[in-house]
Amino acid sequence: MPQDHDRRQWSLASSPMEGGGQELSLGGRWCLDQDLPAADEVAAGLGGEVRCLRVTSSELADWDSGFVAFLTVLCRHCAARGISVDQEALPAGVRHLLTMAAAVPEQKVGRRGQGSENLLVRVGTAALSLAHGAPEMLRFLGEIVLALGRLVAGRAQFRMGDLWLEIEEVGPRALGIVSIISFLVGLILAYLGADQLRMVGAQIFIADLVAIGMVREIGALMTGIIIAGRTGAAFAAQLGTMQVNEEIDAFKTLGISPIDFLVLPRIVALILMVPLLTLYSSFVGMLAGLIISTTIFDIGVFEYYTETVRALELKHFLVGLSKGSVYGAMVAYAGCLRGMQCGRSAEAVGEAATSAVVTGILLITIMASLMTILYYQLGI
Amino acid sequence: MTEAPHIEVRDLSMAYGSFMVQHDLNFTVNKGDIFVIMGGNGCGKTTLMRALIGLQRPAVGTVFYDGEDFWQVAPEGQERLKRRLGIMFQGGALWSSLTLAENVALPLSEYTRLPAGRISEIVSYKLALVGLAGFEEFYPSELSGGMKKRASLARAMALDPDILVIDEPSSGLDPLTARRLDDLIVELRDSLGTTIVVITHELASILGIGNNSVFLDAETHTMIATGDPRIAVQSGDPRVRHFLTRGAA
Repeated sequence: MPQDHDRRQWSLASSPMEGGGQELSLGGRWCLDQDLPAADEVAAGLGGEVRCLRVTSSELADWDSGFVAFLTVLCRHCAARGISVDQEALPAGVRHLLTMAAAVPEQKVGRRGQGSENLLVRVGTAALSLAHGAPEMLRFLGEIVLALGRLVAGRAQFRMGDLWLEIEEVGPRALGIVSIISFLVGLILAYLGADQLRMVGAQIFIADLVAIGMVREIGALMTGIIIAGRTGAAFAAQLGTMQVNEEIDAFKTLGISPIDFLVLPRIVALILMVPLLTLYSSFVGMLAGLIISTTIFDIGVFEYYTETVRALELKHFLVGLSKGSVYGAMVAYAGCLRGMQCGRSAEAVGEAATSAVVTGILLITIMASLMTILYYQLGI
Repeated sequence: MTEAPHIEVRDLSMAYGSFMVQHDLNFTVNKGDIFVIMGGNGCGKTTLMRALIGLQRPAVGTVFYDGEDFWQVAPEGQERLKRRLGIMFQGGALWSSLTLAENVALPLSEYTRLPAGRISEIVSYKLALVGLAGFEEFYPSELSGGMKKRASLARAMALDPDILVIDEPSSGLDPLTARRLDDLIVELRDSLGTTIVVITHELASILGIGNNSVFLDAETHTMIATGDPRIAVQSGDPRVRHFLTRGAA
């Protein structure tokens, strides 16, 4: 069945006038629900000798924005070729709209997003962006180190109340999600170990696997990742929104360091709380291992407990806690960095939150690898 | 009003990357002026304000405060000069996690040795001055747009600054609230002798309170007039008169 837009309801006729001019008669319906002619093609069809174009519309039945847009483009092409356009025979409403559209000349600000960039350009742009981003990250790190120095010296513009609020937000309020994830990870570890150890009749070593795995590595890693998603994103969104609302500018104009006032409480809170959450996560994971081992694999509670105590040494706790502190610092750094770098729009706040999570997890992974190699080399 | 140069803008140009927002700006703000930075949307009024208050380094040129070059002094000197300024941002920029009292008190607790009780008295006085007595324990999210602007003005006045910079005081306000805010600005100037720089395109404010001004043009990206806006509307540049009469002249 033919659609409305398939039917051509408009008409266009061109005829020469005396004195080197051309008359363009437009008739019928010129509406957006049909395929209208391209104005640049009509302009290209005008002979090179044409100096004046008279547009008439005595047969025009109906028109909308499609008609005005056609005439706007036609007038622009004619102006570029030095052809004057006589609009007197057009309806008054159309003439007014054309005048309004031409009232403010196009600003030469350079259009954005035009054309597709080739791979080389995109790689170059990404490399330049990275080159600009790296010094920015180092500068921010340096500012944090200086602010921590001021905090130790008691000269930071810092409110203790803000630190307590942040501690409450990043610590106790994260217990729920840390409990669930740690319990499930402990459960997975227990099943994974049971499957392998059963083959050699050494199921009791599930306790060793879960305890050392959770305390040394998994507790800190899972807590770091949970905190990156939960708290790192929140830091970036909070600081980003403050950028949008000019709250950070207000600090700067009063000579109050936003690093001291906003970043420091968040960094200190995470450095203090993530090791504690890591410890908690490890115990919940071990509890899951205990429950699974005693209920599914017929290992006695006391037997499991004794094996866990025998397997764990102080160094395992120190390794786990040190990793927790570093991961906490990484998440706080990534969240605050992206928040402070945020642009001034709602979209930029979303990007800052996403980028904080990605950067946080990337930094955690890099630090986890480096610390694992370091502790192995040190024999810890 | 004493005609002594207080702020002097010399050969100032501001840019975002390769896009020049405004160039070759030269004007003087005198002590006790209510100086209006005016122009159409997107002409660079707020960008100029950011250069004036030290938030954006100009591409070229500089700003002098009582003869001291803001962009040449050491960072400590810049901080000292900034403390002579009180800023009211367009959206208020009140710190959302603090109450109104805490917002106004923060500059006082950071830069004075006043005891808490005295700070509390000053905070109540500043909030009363802008008609917000009794709202000390309210958070910014609990206030209307006009109240936020007034609270922001109270914070800007906390340290009794020599210069108040006010960005779009009337935008988003009903005519009566806007008028009251304009009256308040004039009273502050008259009673405290504060120099006030107002960024606005509201004609009622420009002609009602301004005694000196600069007009920024969005097309030529530079200033096309400076001086008393009430004289400019009578006999100034045609583009300025066109703007100040809503296109009638």
